[in-house]
Amino acid sequence: MLWSRKDLLGLEYLTAEEIELILETAESFKEVSTREIKKVPALRGKTAVNLFYEPSTRTRVSFEVAAKRLSADVINIATETSSVRKGETLIDTGRNIQALKADIIIIRHNCSGAANMLAGALDISVVNAGDGWHEHPTQALLDIFTLKEKLGKIKGLNVAIVGDIAHSRVARSNIWGLTKLGANVTVCAPEMLLPVGIEKTGVKRSSNIDEVLENSDAVNVLRMQFERDEGAAFPEQLDYYKRFGITEERLSKAKKDIIVMHPGPINRGIEISSKVADGKNSVILDQVTNGIAVRMAVLFLVSQAREEKR
Amino acid sequence: MSILIKGGRVVDPANKIDSVLDILVEENKISQVASDIKVRADSIIDAVGKIVAPGIVDMHVHLREPGREDKETVATGTSAAAKGGVTSVLAMPNTNPAIDCIENIGLLKAIISKSAKVNVFICGAITRGRLGKELSNIAALKKNGAYAISDDGCSVDDPVLMLEALEKARQSKILTICHCEDKKLSGKGVINLGFNSTRLGLRGISNESEYKRVARDIELAEKAGAAVHIAHVSCRESVEVISKAKKKGIKVTCETAPHYFALTDDELLSYDTSMKINPPLRSSDDLRAIKQGLIDGTIDVIASDHAPHTENEKDIEFERAEFGKIGLESGLAVSIMELIDKKALSWPGLVEKMALNPARILGINKGTLSAGADADIIIVDADKQFVLEKKNIVSKSKNSPFIGRTVKGLVEFTICNGKVVYKI
Repeated sequence: MLWSRKDLLGLEYLTAEEIELILETAESFKEVSTREIKKVPALRGKTAVNLFYEPSTRTRVSFEVAAKRLSADVINIATETSSVRKGETLIDTGRNIQALKADIIIIRHNCSGAANMLAGALDISVVNAGDGWHEHPTQALLDIFTLKEKLGKIKGLNVAIVGDIAHSRVARSNIWGLTKLGANVTVCAPEMLLPVGIEKTGVKRSSNIDEVLENSDAVNVLRMQFERDEGAAFPEQLDYYKRFGITEERLSKAKKDIIVMHPGPINRGIEISSKVADGKNSVILDQVTNGIAVRMAVLFLVSQAREEKR
Repeated sequence: MSILIKGGRVVDPANKIDSVLDILVEENKISQVASDIKVRADSIIDAVGKIVAPGIVDMHVHLREPGREDKETVATGTSAAAKGGVTSVLAMPNTNPAIDCIENIGLLKAIISKSAKVNVFICGAITRGRLGKELSNIAALKKNGAYAISDDGCSVDDPVLMLEALEKARQSKILTICHCEDKKLSGKGVINLGFNSTRLGLRGISNESEYKRVARDIELAEKAGAAVHIAHVSCRESVEVISKAKKKGIKVTCETAPHYFALTDDELLSYDTSMKINPPLRSSDDLRAIKQGLIDGTIDVIASDHAPHTENEKDIEFERAEFGKIGLESGLAVSIMELIDKKALSWPGLVEKMALNPARILGINKGTLSAGADADIIIVDADKQFVLEKKNIVSKSKNSPFIGRTVKGLVEFTICNGKVVYKI
């Protein structure tokens, strides 16, 4: 199959075949990072712009490394130092970047739908690096890639996503991606952090972590942001750790080989214990490594789609 | 000056008329409605095959002047009204300054007399500056020409103050229009709370934030013995609360807007900010309840909630974009398609909701084609299909979710006070 989209906005918009294609492409790019000279010329002469409206180190660096390993030129725009400060709108900023003849904008934004809006206004490629609570497709792709690498398949796996589902773009992208590929997904959190109608995506909802873990092949632990300004609709930090924290004790009752994932940055002792984060079930650092390959695949595919259209 | 409108299907529910008749307009009044009128008129309009109805009375319009003339003015808003077959509008008071005192009514009246193309009726603010803290001088607003009071855009949160407002309104015999929203519940929400808010990652606005306030305002109105009109009803529970109150004999009327029976929150999946409206587009279940409410009479009125905003305020991130859409130019066509074509309402039924009922609720002598009535008349080619195009929008703002859609029912003539104020 051929990839035909100029943008990657979310996994909700992709078919299972398209997701598989990204994963296959990532597999072939993974080897590049193990070479002595970690570079291929796939995007030579192309320019990728990291446009980040939210502080982010790992995602931005991961995209930068991925683009550079494909030989693209990378420009980083941090909004604190740009004309966004002077009141320029997102679309105007995007049009300016397009006028610079850049090929890809990688956007991180605190508003849901920002990447969709930008993609609709521009001819160049837009890759969503996280928009509000909406989607973070490359994070989910690297989670799924890692899962598949460790367990050999996705179809039929029981995957738990634990934490602040309501405010998590990582959760949403994982839900779309995993369910499309045939995994059985359970979202687990205090009721107040499970958003309205989430079961319509085909997932189960639960507030009983021990019951959920017992049956899971993998658990994806979300970062808890207790500083969030959501007023009463947020649990107490200590209570949360007691009821939902992923600890050794809890894990001891789960399947022996359960995979523990986390999109990072991890809060030790808040949603996950140090021992679990550093333990034998954890694949947290593999996720980071795989992020490069997945993002290389995405940058390559969206760029190729524009070539095809030319 | 006389106009003879010949051979149209005259729809005048006030007089239970729905038949082919002629209408003679002399000066600013309707002088005769009869079959085959034979007089010499200054102009003759052939209306064969067309609907001839009283001009639309749109009781929920934001003209934005004074203060936000970049969005809309009385001149542009009333021109848009004329094009949409609207001959009377009730101008909402959330201008800058707010229409909360005699001076500001005077200011608005001066603008109206200078530039209005159709009848503009004034709605005053319930509280000073619409801040919900201190009542406006409601008696003075009424005396100086306000036909209703409302803090539209906001609800008066303080129940004691709201009760006092309703008592004053009863004494002054002025209608109170309620924007029903408990902002403690709607919070920073931007679309309907439901699966779509979840999948889009946007904060939701619950039905509860609306219907609980509807229930409160009705309860206060009953206590005060005052008449209330609930603005822009969007959800099932609000319809149910109002239906119960009506059966109990409480003096409550209400309106909905065409977008609540034409669109649902499924339309928002592309983050189209022209669909960002408050109250938000709801679920298909709510849409059915709105239609049913129109059919069974719980909902008295269709009003546009015409809310112009500039492109700068709409072509931005969804969460940051303004709430509201324009509707003066699309309301009739959308209503014909959604209600008449889908057999929810008859033509007389639709004219009741769009002209007769709002006129009665506001206590204005409009919405009928009786001999002697003001000559506010529209002639509509009900079968004419057309595409709503941005370039044809007369309103200063273009924030319509219906742009690009094919609709049905084209206004060919709008006559206001005996003058042709619009023709195609």
